[in-house]
Amino acid sequence: MVATLQHEASVDERAVWRVLENVMDPEIPVLSIVELGIVRYAHSALDGRLHVGITPTYSGCPATEVIRRAVREALDEGGYGDAVLEEVLSPPWSSDWLSDSGRRKLQAFGIAPPEKPVARPRHLFHLPVVHCPRCGSATTERVSEFGSTPCKAHYRCGSCLEPFDYFKCL
Amino acid sequence: MSMPGSEALLRYVLRLGDTSLVLGQRLGEWAGHAPALEEDLGLANLALDMIGQARLLLSYAGELEGRGRDEDALAFLRDAPEFLNLTLAEQPNGDFAHTIARQFLLDAWQIETYEGLTSSTDTRLAAIAAKALKESRYHYRFSSGWLIRLGDGTQESHDRAQAAVETLWRFTDELFSPDEVDEHMEAAGVSPRLSELQPRWSAHVDEVLREATLRRPTSVRYLWHGKRGVHTEHLGHMLAEMQHLQRTYPGAQW
Repeated sequence: MVATLQHEASVDERAVWRVLENVMDPEIPVLSIVELGIVRYAHSALDGRLHVGITPTYSGCPATEVIRRAVREALDEGGYGDAVLEEVLSPPWSSDWLSDSGRRKLQAFGIAPPEKPVARPRHLFHLPVVHCPRCGSATTERVSEFGSTPCKAHYRCGSCLEPFDYFKCL
Repeated sequence: MSMPGSEALLRYVLRLGDTSLVLGQRLGEWAGHAPALEEDLGLANLALDMIGQARLLLSYAGELEGRGRDEDALAFLRDAPEFLNLTLAEQPNGDFAHTIARQFLLDAWQIETYEGLTSSTDTRLAAIAAKALKESRYHYRFSSGWLIRLGDGTQESHDRAQAAVETLWRFTDELFSPDEVDEHMEAAGVSPRLSELQPRWSAHVDEVLREATLRRPTSVRYLWHGKRGVHTEHLGHMLAEMQHLQRTYPGAQW
């Protein structure tokens, strides 16, 4: 127990989080991986080393590999070269983990943030009302359940007629 | 039971991983050929999730096997008889209705399977299943929505959707027919019981078929054995294309 406390004191965890907050998502460059909920923990463990856990958003998301490398580089440059980077699968990532600042930044970037909470399974035609990120209108229609990246769906606004991305609920 | 538990677990994980991989490759064949841009995107996204799930599962299988084979070696350097995917997954794309029907039947199967696996005694499988389950539910929305639109659409789309369901139905018995591997996994609490999954799958499938105004085909008592490595002739052709690059230029990387 004493050893644990000493180790915890050896790394300034807030400084580590600040380093991680500067790692941006490669597909949505206005969002940090912390705001996306990809970083699950950053703490020193019993072995005296800093452990950082990251989780993939989608199992097949090609950005996962890029993010892993970016985190590694940021840790190395931040002076945490001996940090252990771990992939965490459980519990699975959820769009509910997107932070409030992350939601606001998405909106400002032109991507409608996910409607909370995550929809129940098998709700075939029970779709959430998605607001246009440009004009705020609720008169929008889904063009495709899938979009330019695994985390997005494609929508169109019926009021300002602009197409836009919607960050999927998952 | 003569098969050791470790061998049964390896085969069980390969069955799940190979089913995702083979289905992912089939879906990828649609890239640039789908009826509309939105469906092209949709099928490619499904393929991506499937291949992502396959990576998680095949990496685990490689560790269980302990012979130094990673996910790539398992995907690109095995021959058809070593693949243990469900026979349904390897069936050719056919027309859009065939692809949607195949996807729908397998999405419904994956949802039940992954739901059951979230409480597996194997914590690694439970974690992979919890992740994959969310994706499969999203896929199901796409495939069941399309099956209903096709079935309850024009006479032409209805007839094609019905023909697709008729053609593929014969491969569904295999989904719920337990063999030695399944019995081993069920007894160890690793996998859910197929006898319990079957009625739930059936009820969901019936509900969508009704909505789609499609007839549920009568059961064909013919058992396929893809999950034991005995495949239809289609898998070999598919693998020839999928594995060509790694076979010709071993170890090639992007």
